[in-house]
Amino acid sequence: MLGQIAYALPFLAEGFALTLWVSLLVVVLSLIAGVVLGVGLVYGPAPLRWAVRIFSDTIRGIPILVLIFFVYYGLPAVGVHLQSFWAAVLALTLFKIAQVVEYLRGAVASIPKGQSEAAMAIGLTFRQRLTYVIFPQAFRRFLPPWINGVTDAVKGSALVSLLGITDLMQAINQVIGRTYEAMPLYILGALLYFAVNYALSLASRRLEQRFAFIRE
Amino acid sequence: MAATSNNSPALLDIAEVSKSFGSVEVLRSVSLKVAKGEVVAVIGPSGSGKTTLLRCVNFLESYDSGSIRIDSKEVGFRPGPARDSGARQRRSERDLAAMRAETGMVFQSFNLFPHLTAAGNIMLGLTKVRGKSNAEARSIAEHWLGRVGLAHKADSLPAELSGGQQQRVGIARAVAMEPKILLLDEITSALDPELVGEVLAVVRSLAEEGMTMVMVTHEMAFARDASSRIVFMADGGVSAVGPPKEVLAAETTNERLRTFLARFRASHF
Repeated sequence: MLGQIAYALPFLAEGFALTLWVSLLVVVLSLIAGVVLGVGLVYGPAPLRWAVRIFSDTIRGIPILVLIFFVYYGLPAVGVHLQSFWAAVLALTLFKIAQVVEYLRGAVASIPKGQSEAAMAIGLTFRQRLTYVIFPQAFRRFLPPWINGVTDAVKGSALVSLLGITDLMQAINQVIGRTYEAMPLYILGALLYFAVNYALSLASRRLEQRFAFIRE
Repeated sequence: MAATSNNSPALLDIAEVSKSFGSVEVLRSVSLKVAKGEVVAVIGPSGSGKTTLLRCVNFLESYDSGSIRIDSKEVGFRPGPARDSGARQRRSERDLAAMRAETGMVFQSFNLFPHLTAAGNIMLGLTKVRGKSNAEARSIAEHWLGRVGLAHKADSLPAELSGGQQQRVGIARAVAMEPKILLLDEITSALDPELVGEVLAVVRSLAEEGMTMVMVTHEMAFARDASSRIVFMADGGVSAVGPPKEVLAAETTNERLRTFLARFRASHF
C-alpha cells in the first residue's frame, strides 16, 4: 500500500504545486484589485461607490461553487471562452475581491477622521495621506481578517477540481481511484492543506505582534 | 504688534464668507482681516461658527460664497473659464495640498499620527511636502521639539506622551513647516487643567516671535493677554471685534457679548 502511494508522490506533488499556484494567483490578484476597489468604495465618487457596493454585495451573496460554474459554463454564452484553469482563477478571484473590499473598507473606516485632517493640514496629497498616514494604521486591522481570507482561499482552491483541473484535491481523488486507499490519502491531503494554513497563521501572528505597538 | 488698516494688504483676508450645513446657516457673511504678525483670538458660544470659520481658512471645510485669501491668493477656489462667466472652481488636489502647507493647524484632539514617533510626526511633512532629506528634517524636528521642551521625547510614540506633551508635539509639527499663518482650534480644551499652562506657554512664545495666529479659544484670560485683537462670534457672524480691553470690557453695549461674558464669568471665576 505505501509503495503504491510512494509511487504516486510525484503526481501528488504536482497537484500540490498547482494548488499553491492557484492560491497565490487568487490571493495576489484579489489583493491588488480589492484594495483599488476598496479605496474607490471609501473615497470614490458616488457612481463608483454604488458600482463597487453592488458588485461586492452580489458576489458575496452567491455560493462560490455557483460562481465557478457561472464563469466556466456561463461566460461562453456571451462569447467569452476561458480555459478551465483561468475560469477557476477568475471565479475564485472575484469572490475574494469582494471580501478584500469589505476588509479594506472596515479597516480604513476605523481610522479617526482627525488623522486625514491632520495629514491634509500639513499639505499631504490624497495619495500621500493614504500611503503614509491611513494605510500604515489601517494595515493592523486589515491583516487578521485578510489572513483568514487567505487560508479560506487555499482551502477553497480545492473547488477547481470540479472543473477537472488537477490540483491537490483532484490528484488525491485520482490516486484513490487507482489504489482504493482512501483514508491514508485523504489524511495526507488534509495534512498538506493544514501545513500551508498553519504556516500562514503563524506568519500572521508574528506580523500582528510587530504592529501591536500602534495605539491611539 | 501690527494693526490692520485698509491700506496695508492683509495676510489673511476673509471677505463675506457664508456657509450652510443643509438648512443651517453656520457662517453668515463673515469678514475679517488679519495682518502679518497679528494674534487674533476668536471667542463665542458653542455653535457660533468659530471652528467652522477656522476650518474654512485651510479648506478642511469648503464655503458656499465669499472669499478667503492668504497673501491675496484665494484658498480652495480659482476663477473658472470665461465661458462659464468666471464661476469659481475648486482647486485641484495638488493645488489644495500646496496651499494647505502654507497654513499650520493645531487640533483640539491633537491628531498626532500614532504610528510615528514625535520626531516622525514632525518629519513627515518636511520630507514629503517640503522635500527635505531625512537628516535635515530630523534636525529641524529636534530643533522644534527642543523649543517646546520635548527634546528628550523625540523617539517616543504619541501613546507614551501626556496630553500636554502630545499637544506640544502637535504645535511643533505645525510650525516646523514654517507656515504663513497658524490656526489653533481650541487646543487646550481636551487637556487636564494642570496641563493647559505648558501648552499656552508655547503659544505665547510663538506670538512673541511674530507668528501670525488665529486661535479659537475658551481661555478668556489667555485671549486677553496674548492676542492683539479679539473676535466675538455669535450665530455664525462676527458680532464684535477689537482690542481685548474693548471687547472684554464689562460695560459693553453688545447684548450678545454681555450675556456671553456674564455667563462665562459666572462659570469660570
